[in-house]
Amino acid sequence: MVLIIIHSTLFIFTLKTSPVIALIGNPNAGKSSLFNQLTGLRQKTGNFPGVTVDKKSGTWPIDAQTVATIVDFPGIYSIYPKSLDEQIVTDILANPAHPDYPDVSIVVVDAANLHRNLLLFTQVADLGGPVILALNMLDVARQQAKEINAVRLAMRLGVPVVRINARTGEGLDLLKKAVLGQLEEPTLPGKLFFDPAEEIPELIEETKVQYQLETNYLALQYLIQHDGFSFLNRSQQVGLDTLIHNYQFNEQTFQAGETITRYKRIATIAAEVVTNQRAANQPTWSQKLDRYLLHPVWGYAIFGFILLLIFQAIFAWAQPFMDGIDSGVAWLNGQLKESLPPGPLTDLLTDGILAGIGGILVFIPQIAFLFLLVALLEESGYMSRVMVIMDRIMRKFGLNGRSVVPLISGVACAVPAIMATRSIGTRRDRLITILVTPLMSCSARLPIYTILIALVVPSRRILGLFNLQGLALMALYLLGLVSALVAAYILKLFLRTQERGYFIMELPTFKLPRWNHVGLTVWESVRSFVWEAGRVILAISIVLWVLASYGPGDSMDRAEARAKQQHAALATDQLQNIIASDRLEASYAGQFGHFIEPAIRPLGYDWKIGIALLSSFAAREVFVGTMSTIYSIGSGADDSDITIRERLRQEKNPITGGPMYTPALAWSLLIFYVFAMMCMSTLAATQRETKSWKWPTVQLVYMMALAYGSAFITYQLLH
Amino acid sequence: MSKRSVADLKVGERATIQSFNNQLMSLKLLEMGCLPGAEVCLSGKAPLGDPICLNVSGYCLAMRKSEAATILIENVE
Repeated sequence: MVLIIIHSTLFIFTLKTSPVIALIGNPNAGKSSLFNQLTGLRQKTGNFPGVTVDKKSGTWPIDAQTVATIVDFPGIYSIYPKSLDEQIVTDILANPAHPDYPDVSIVVVDAANLHRNLLLFTQVADLGGPVILALNMLDVARQQAKEINAVRLAMRLGVPVVRINARTGEGLDLLKKAVLGQLEEPTLPGKLFFDPAEEIPELIEETKVQYQLETNYLALQYLIQHDGFSFLNRSQQVGLDTLIHNYQFNEQTFQAGETITRYKRIATIAAEVVTNQRAANQPTWSQKLDRYLLHPVWGYAIFGFILLLIFQAIFAWAQPFMDGIDSGVAWLNGQLKESLPPGPLTDLLTDGILAGIGGILVFIPQIAFLFLLVALLEESGYMSRVMVIMDRIMRKFGLNGRSVVPLISGVACAVPAIMATRSIGTRRDRLITILVTPLMSCSARLPIYTILIALVVPSRRILGLFNLQGLALMALYLLGLVSALVAAYILKLFLRTQERGYFIMELPTFKLPRWNHVGLTVWESVRSFVWEAGRVILAISIVLWVLASYGPGDSMDRAEARAKQQHAALATDQLQNIIASDRLEASYAGQFGHFIEPAIRPLGYDWKIGIALLSSFAAREVFVGTMSTIYSIGSGADDSDITIRERLRQEKNPITGGPMYTPALAWSLLIFYVFAMMCMSTLAATQRETKSWKWPTVQLVYMMALAYGSAFITYQLLH
Repeated sequence: MSKRSVADLKVGERATIQSFNNQLMSLKLLEMGCLPGAEVCLSGKAPLGDPICLNVSGYCLAMRKSEAATILIENVE
């Protein structure tokens, strides 16, 4: 009894109250499922300090005193990284001083692919920290008639092994106990699984002494990977180079030998713990499905059909929801105007803020649909098949099969898409992908496309199936894609390299999507779109409202007096409209617009569009908000419940007297926005990822030139 | 006669991995479970015949033909 009490007091003193727990594992081993099970909604996405690799972390209350921080590391096959994304894992695991260095590592192992998963596990264990093996996907293994003896596995490896089901959450209590046990009194394997000192004892010993390292395997990592270790300074790296040179150490040969030795030892263990009764080489249903998905004809047909479905969803299915939000905002605006006392503050709230925010809220259904479908493709395992069937074609254009994911994600937003290029191991392929990804039409362009297409393309069905507007939208997206490929091809000619590109990828088996994952992804993207874009738009809306409501000196009042004089004979509401428009023209914003009008006149734009272009330079989605604000201010006060689309339709061209938004103008604007690099966040992402100012500059210049040139040609041809 | 490689396999054909002719590529392939002595089966080809899909130690690995050509094989009896 006394012993137990002493023990538990010690426990309270020694246990950190917020330990860091790392989730490590192969891609597709169920790491993210486990992460979601453990953290639920208590998770956030941030950056690892010093680098811009996405860091998913969350909190996990283990017991009354302890709330652990769970860090979900990128999926890796081995401790030797193949891409920038993977480098972060070793960079942290080899550096105990790192703030994310784990107190316990949970290695998630796919029981159906035990050998390959154990390779990573044994490497992580050999680094020296406390580890737990979470044996996942036992149900899949069982389907393949494989049974795994977890107790024997634990005995052979010398670490705690916990059977879990990351999808259903089975075994999490046991995992909790194991984590507490490892924090309190770690069970470490008695000896290294692979000890480099068996082959190169002097070199390992000297490295350990020089760099004060505790384990032999960590010393080996210093020798092989020091170029990628951000925590080593220049002279430390040179010191390691000297050691390698002095001992004539061949890293590649040694690493190959290590992998083979590990697999041999794993095979011995697996023979003891796995009972395999599977009849030899029955094709699984996943393989049968692949015969169609990778088929020369069906493969592309299915992919094309899925893309078409996505665009139909974005345009047609989202429409009722959008109409609802649209009229809701217009109704609210009208109510506010009626109930609040008239004055500049009410105007700011309705014409400035609400008009701007409403312009964004409308697009939530489309963005939600887009992310939903992309998440479903990723979750099911289909996206890997797309990479395979697209690799050959992508290679022709200087890209890589893996570029497909950034390009498709680019349809949602270029910033995460550019960050997703880190999984491309080849430097040149990655750079080209970064440079062309923003040509894919992102969701911020969607509001612009939607409004302008609705203005000039009739909503009609053709072949009884496809909406004409949906097809026009798809054409714009295709234009973005084709231009991205052409740009990549041209860049390929300029960027020559000696580096050998490669594409080796596991094709995961097909899985039913995890709906909570999909839900989280959609929620996260909608939230960040509304929040991130919303803040910028709110700020710009206010500034713009001020600029549009005030002018230098009494210029606006003089404009009003002049209008009253000239059009005295007109009816009151017509007069109101003219006055409002003339006042806008005399404001700061109007004068600004006039100032740049000569430059954009060849594209068909007037000063009002000029204001919107300028304000959307920071972020494209501001365009619609700005248009809403400008046309709310520019029209009389009485028609506040008319939507932005109606306002644009009613807008008259002051020169011709016909509608302002002719097909020529609308298409010129559409083409301009397909190509224009109007997004500060994307340029910032390119700068971070390429670590240079040269590439964002190149990106900005080539895309802007392309936008201006194409819009010019479009307008002049259609005009 | 030069050695056969995985790139020369027909769909459905089996073989045993013997060695590699490119060390850098072999590091990646070894880690993915392409070990000397392991049995592989060409399970399929992407449209245009490249990349290929290789069944090795129970799962499916997609790789380009140029990578497959670095894996030298011998026939299974």
